Amino acid sequence: MSTAFTLAKARDALKARKISSKELTQSFIAAVEQGRPLNAFVTETPEKALAMAAASDARLAKGEGGALEGLPLAIKDLFCTKGVRTTAGSRILGNFVPPYESTVTQNLWNAGAVMLGKTNMDEFAMGSSNETSAHGPVFNPWRAKNSNANLVPGGSSGGSSCAVAADLCLAATGTDTGGSIRQPAAVTGTVGLKPTYGRCSRWGIVAFASSLDQAGPMTKTVRDAAILLGSMASVDAKDSTSMDVPVPDYEKLLEGGIKGLKVGIPKEYRMDGAPPEIAALWDKGADWLKAQGAEIVEVSLPHTKYALPTYYIVAPAECSSNLARYDGVRFGHRAKSARDITDLYEKSRAEGFGAEVQRRILIGTYVLSAGYYDAYYARAQKLRTLIARDFTEAYRKCDVLLTPATPGPAFAVGDKSDDPVAMYLNDVFTVTVNLAGLPGLAVPAGLTETGLPLGLQLIGKAFDEATVLRAGLAIEQAAGFAHKPANWWRAA
Amino acid sequence: MNAPVPNKFIKGQTGEWEIVIGLEVHAQVLSKSKLFSGASTEFGAEPNAQVSFVDAGMPGMLPVINEKCVEQAVRTGLGLKAKINLSSIFDRKNYFYPDLPQGYQISQYKNPIVGEGEVFIDLKDGSSVRVGIERLHLEQDAGKSLHDQNPDSSYVDLNRSGIALMEIVTRPDMRSSEEAAAFLKKLRAIVRYLGTCDGNMDEGSMRADVNVSVRKPGAPLGTRCEIKNVNSMRFVALAVEYEARRQVEIIEGGGAIKQETRLFDSKLNETRSMRSKEEAHDYRYFPDPDLLPLELDVAWVAAIEKTLPELPDEKRARFVAAGLSPYDASVLTAERELADYYEDLAKGVDAKAAANWLNNEVLGRLNRDGLSIADVPVSAAANNAIVAMIAEGAISGKIAKDLLDIVWNEGGDPRALVESRGLRQVTDTGAIDAAIEAVIAANPAKVEEVKAKPKLAAWFVGQVMKQTGGKANPVAVNAALKKRLNLPEEG
Repeated sequence: MSTAFTLAKARDALKARKISSKELTQSFIAAVEQGRPLNAFVTETPEKALAMAAASDARLAKGEGGALEGLPLAIKDLFCTKGVRTTAGSRILGNFVPPYESTVTQNLWNAGAVMLGKTNMDEFAMGSSNETSAHGPVFNPWRAKNSNANLVPGGSSGGSSCAVAADLCLAATGTDTGGSIRQPAAVTGTVGLKPTYGRCSRWGIVAFASSLDQAGPMTKTVRDAAILLGSMASVDAKDSTSMDVPVPDYEKLLEGGIKGLKVGIPKEYRMDGAPPEIAALWDKGADWLKAQGAEIVEVSLPHTKYALPTYYIVAPAECSSNLARYDGVRFGHRAKSARDITDLYEKSRAEGFGAEVQRRILIGTYVLSAGYYDAYYARAQKLRTLIARDFTEAYRKCDVLLTPATPGPAFAVGDKSDDPVAMYLNDVFTVTVNLAGLPGLAVPAGLTETGLPLGLQLIGKAFDEATVLRAGLAIEQAAGFAHKPANWWRAA
Repeated sequence: MNAPVPNKFIKGQTGEWEIVIGLEVHAQVLSKSKLFSGASTEFGAEPNAQVSFVDAGMPGMLPVINEKCVEQAVRTGLGLKAKINLSSIFDRKNYFYPDLPQGYQISQYKNPIVGEGEVFIDLKDGSSVRVGIERLHLEQDAGKSLHDQNPDSSYVDLNRSGIALMEIVTRPDMRSSEEAAAFLKKLRAIVRYLGTCDGNMDEGSMRADVNVSVRKPGAPLGTRCEIKNVNSMRFVALAVEYEARRQVEIIEGGGAIKQETRLFDSKLNETRSMRSKEEAHDYRYFPDPDLLPLELDVAWVAAIEKTLPELPDEKRARFVAAGLSPYDASVLTAERELADYYEDLAKGVDAKAAANWLNNEVLGRLNRDGLSIADVPVSAAANNAIVAMIAEGAISGKIAKDLLDIVWNEGGDPRALVESRGLRQVTDTGAIDAAIEAVIAANPAKVEEVKAKPKLAAWFVGQVMKQTGGKANPVAVNAALKKRLNLPEEG
């Protein structure tokens, strides 16, 4: 059986009993095996998948079953999964097997979903290329025309974006702290939604930057994102920052079109030196929406230029504290032959954390330290307030914003790994959304001349994922993006 | 800040020195579960038996505030007559230590839940001193490192990890070791009255960091040293005494005090350097992004305020108004159980008589037997009956003490015992007169002496009491004797 199903089509086929979850799951287990050269999965759980599929088939046979009954998914390795190794892409967690299940994944299993395995990612979700993973890089299923060069799948949710793009799963979970769902989705021709901060529970997700982290769906279509978000989202008494806002039927809310929708184009997102292809695609996106009845308005987000520096103070500050628990004392990697407790900390952490994580811990420790706090962390918090206010002001004039998702297409493995600043620039269009806590959606919109996917981003008001998804559907339909990467890895 | 009080100065080689003391008290919040997790706070469990995934700092775990702990902090703040901050913030205090699983302690730094308040302490000389409270904040306790279990390894017990503590910080308003100990005693009484901390210093439920500096009277504040984790009132007093002497000697010897953290060695009664200011941690405080600002509702705070019990100072004032001396009132209000016992004992009888009875007879016996008021074998109601019977003239003071001994050792109802054992005072004048005649007949010489020296009548009273087995009413005996021997009234 082909694995080129969308989540919605597979769901409908299962409900209609045209296929069984067992058959579907077996096909995906085979695809995952054949996809191993892509290095998308760090842990495969075929036995668990088959057991879950059998249970789903039993429920479907009785005419029962949840919204995701029998549908095989991939889970980013940042989500703690009970009894299944969880590494966060890091050596320091060793072979940590959580005795608990994250709220988001529990919600998925409660809805009947089937777990295929855990996907590769940048270490502790820090990176934009999946190259900082302790498990090695993931390769983008896409290659440029007439090239065999391996490209990155984006990051940090690179394993998930790759698995979705290569049809190794129906859909996947991701997490997004500064663009880690949207950027990998954009460079793999898939759909990625970062929901409003507080929409999905963070409980059981290994923390990177607590005030920015948010889980979301990575899918093949906008409809699939709507379906998956509906099951991932919930208020959670175990996460004080989750919000008690009803979860609507996002799929149903896709209907109705965008006539009269006011779409803002933030002028500050026209960056000097950006590739002309990006600007052209952006204009095209605006035209598509206009053609479907939307009104295009120019808006201003004046503090956009401070977003990256603000992000690279706030996120490392929180990470330096969140990652203090990885000390070799209770779980994960412990250095051998430590002389004393300080030596144990230093050796365990030096051996366990990769270079990028160490860099961010050091930056974060520095910006919080006595004498520097006011100059960095306190000022970054003020800027964060101003950035959020920019959006509030913009939404007086419009309902949703349209921007590019990334400054360019997928780049080659190794291209930017020695230049952290160049790497950080990948998130230039996405970090503002995390700083303001808003929902953002990346939708595939076209190909570069070299044949690589590019995406557009829609940014909505807090808890207005429905509008974002509806506008995203309009882009998707207008773009008619039906491209698939050539399957080169099966031969590899 | 309080004005210098000369009799509290200590003497050095170069004259008098004033001690300046401020305290930071850690009081464990009385609650069933921890500050940010559902794990139990019960004392004395097996190591690591009361540890949730949150307390162990497991990946992806998040803190959720325990409303009961917030309520207890607010209640304590109200009891300290302090400002309740309707918005406060939890911060992370970052440092590495094996018994700190998260790598940070969740505490409150710039925006504590409780602001300025005050406590009045009562000293032995009857004076009262105001000690300003700077703030009270909520924070997590750490676990405990065990170094004596294995020659090659240290173990960690996380049962305490995450338990809620209130850190109560005073102004530098205390001027002697007596004041520091008295503050701790008073604070302990207040939190025990409020039911917000059990005050068990042996179990570590209350411990103090003591900040001590010395200065020439009226001079600016000296450099202070912080003495960590002093866990009894006596040790607080000893630590202050030692530390003040040490600082005076250094300054008088031409040296300067280094700001540092010291620890108190209760075996040697001395303080020792732990770490200097230069070695102090940079805690990198910042607001905990896992927790929203703590917003309190005015009505919720007001509802807590309505449930506050009468506190020691108010109770003491009421007792004084009822006729007790300030000293007696202080003693009887130091513990809520004692005050409650007293109030039951004093129902319908003279307040002062009840206080004297409790202080002299009941507390005296408890002291003798090494018991506390919680273990008292005779109920307040029984004591109340005894005191009432004295007032009624049904029994004498002497018989009352014997009666208390009987009830103390054998139990029983005092009024019933008075009847069944024939302890009732004899007020029947016929019986008293007969006893007087018998004593006179047996001691003719004494009669002449008394007539010459009426003060010796007391001897006759004693003899008559003896004759009646102590049951005669001494007042009646006195009156009858005077009449019989024709003594003047004032005799």
